Amino acid sequence: MESKSKSKNRREFIQSGVRLSLALALGSVSGLALSRSIKDDYVWQIDPFECTQCGRCATDCVMTPSAVKCVHAYDLCGYCDLCGGYFKPDANELTTAAENQLCPTAAIERKFIEEPYFEYIINEDLCIGCAKCVKGCTSFGNGSLHLQIIHDICLNCNDCSIARVCPSDAIKRVKATEAYNIKGDFTENPES
Amino acid sequence: MKRKLLYIFLTFIFCITALTSYSQQQRFPKPEFSSGYEQPDVVTPEPRSGGFEYLDVAVLLVVLSLAAWFALRKRSRQGILWLSVFTLVYFGFYRNGCICSVGSFQNITLSFFDAGYSVSISTLLFFLLPLIFALFFGRVFCAGACPLGAIQDLLIVKPLSLPKWLNKTLGLIPYIYLALAVLFAATGTDFIVCRYDPFVGIFRMDAKFHMIVLGISFLLMGMFVARPYCRFLCPYGVLLSWMSRFSKWHLTITPSLCIKCKLCTTSCPFDAIDFPVNEKEIVQSGPGTKKFIVYAMLIPLWIVAGAFVGERSHLYLSRANQNVYLAELLISDPEIKNDPDNIDVQTFLESGKTMETLVEEAEVMRGQFKTGSMIAGGFIGLVIGLTLINTTVFRKRQDYVPHRGNCLSCGRCMDYCPVEK
Repeated sequence: MESKSKSKNRREFIQSGVRLSLALALGSVSGLALSRSIKDDYVWQIDPFECTQCGRCATDCVMTPSAVKCVHAYDLCGYCDLCGGYFKPDANELTTAAENQLCPTAAIERKFIEEPYFEYIINEDLCIGCAKCVKGCTSFGNGSLHLQIIHDICLNCNDCSIARVCPSDAIKRVKATEAYNIKGDFTENPES
Repeated sequence: MKRKLLYIFLTFIFCITALTSYSQQQRFPKPEFSSGYEQPDVVTPEPRSGGFEYLDVAVLLVVLSLAAWFALRKRSRQGILWLSVFTLVYFGFYRNGCICSVGSFQNITLSFFDAGYSVSISTLLFFLLPLIFALFFGRVFCAGACPLGAIQDLLIVKPLSLPKWLNKTLGLIPYIYLALAVLFAATGTDFIVCRYDPFVGIFRMDAKFHMIVLGISFLLMGMFVARPYCRFLCPYGVLLSWMSRFSKWHLTITPSLCIKCKLCTTSCPFDAIDFPVNEKEIVQSGPGTKKFIVYAMLIPLWIVAGAFVGERSHLYLSRANQNVYLAELLISDPEIKNDPDNIDVQTFLESGKTMETLVEEAEVMRGQFKTGSMIAGGFIGLVIGLTLINTTVFRKRQDYVPHRGNCLSCGRCMDYCPVEK
């Protein structure tokens, strides 16, 4: 009987010893992690100046349609009649007819303001984030159209599946308090 | 022709604007409207953050406490069942499976190896809380607080008992998965546990086709092989089982003394109940001491073998990294530069990065993969060696008790025990 309780004691002693060391290991790992932790949470966002409009945002997001949408920085827009983001380069005429539009889902609304200016509004519900208009606007226009991850749609995956395939690494973790990279001022382009 | 005209026109306008407004960098300056037009604002919905992520932590804490209370004090399977339904609804379908503890160790790993990345406190707590609870109460996280476990647990129909050798062998997969996940997270390549999470697509009702197929096949398999992901894949379960093996308290089948009625033996769908050891049988099969010594001596060999396999496979593994992949592709097939459809190659060529820089980066990454794969392989070898040793060790046991490492604290066995307090 005594030997049994002895062996039980020994087992308990080992158990609590290992438990203590596991707790210490856990504590040190978390302490180390804590020292490098931040209060702010991360969200994913696109750097519009690094985006190459490859079109993967439309196909690789876990959401269908993608959480990436085109946003319009109106401050930069030239309100052109001939909009490189709205019309196909070989458009027959500058009308809202579907065959002239670059957008595959007709998500851009063209509205006459005054001669000769037109306003372009993105319908977020229709936009699939394919970046065709962004490419057109960036190569022929001011680059006022650009892609952003819209955060009431984005699920904020631990590992953004578009960031993984982004060829120019334009999708990065940003602080949740500064969740958008809206092109505001043209001079803010880091490359110019 | 029209296209050409358009380009000429645009170039013309560009030149005009560039000349006329020298300071203005825009090609088409914003017009000044005379009709009193006001431009709309850019709508930027805020992310779900602020206090909300701490709400998730609080919910996790409450669920874990309740699960521990149900499993250890109240001894109520019913309670744990309803708790897992809540977890499935809240962490699964409402929070869409993100944030979750299972993948959180990758964030912790990345924060150690990437100076530019730091974990948020809520993620750290999601990693830590289940482990702390496991250290004190066993794997109560698996029982009630894990949405991945909950969805499988609710779909168990007719669990089959697997032979012991199969359980042990399949039980090695989580260690391999853990080692690979840490390797990929440490090199900043990928979070494979999140990417190949089979159930997150079901929670979101939206995923790639093959992931949905994988998720549904896991659920179908789970009808007969209970909770296959938890037992034979979950890398976080490895950490939990280490903690649980040495937990201060643990769920017990019987509230007082075991009367060896054997009623509980078939109750566990996870083969996690250890039977009493018949000492006569052990004597008959001969003392395990010799085997034990041989297996113990083999451990260094296993480690070396594992490290060797890791070293051999590091080239293959490193291809998961974008830079290595691209560099290898460009070296092995220079013709690909002319392929306009290869987005990666075209973007690289346009980026102005030189081939030398890319190759240099890829070399560094390969080096990291080499070290990492050897460590991961050595770890897996060690685990195999220890598992073999484990088969030679017999613990004296007189009662039916849950296996502390494998028991998921679901509490099914408690309902079968006829002993009253």
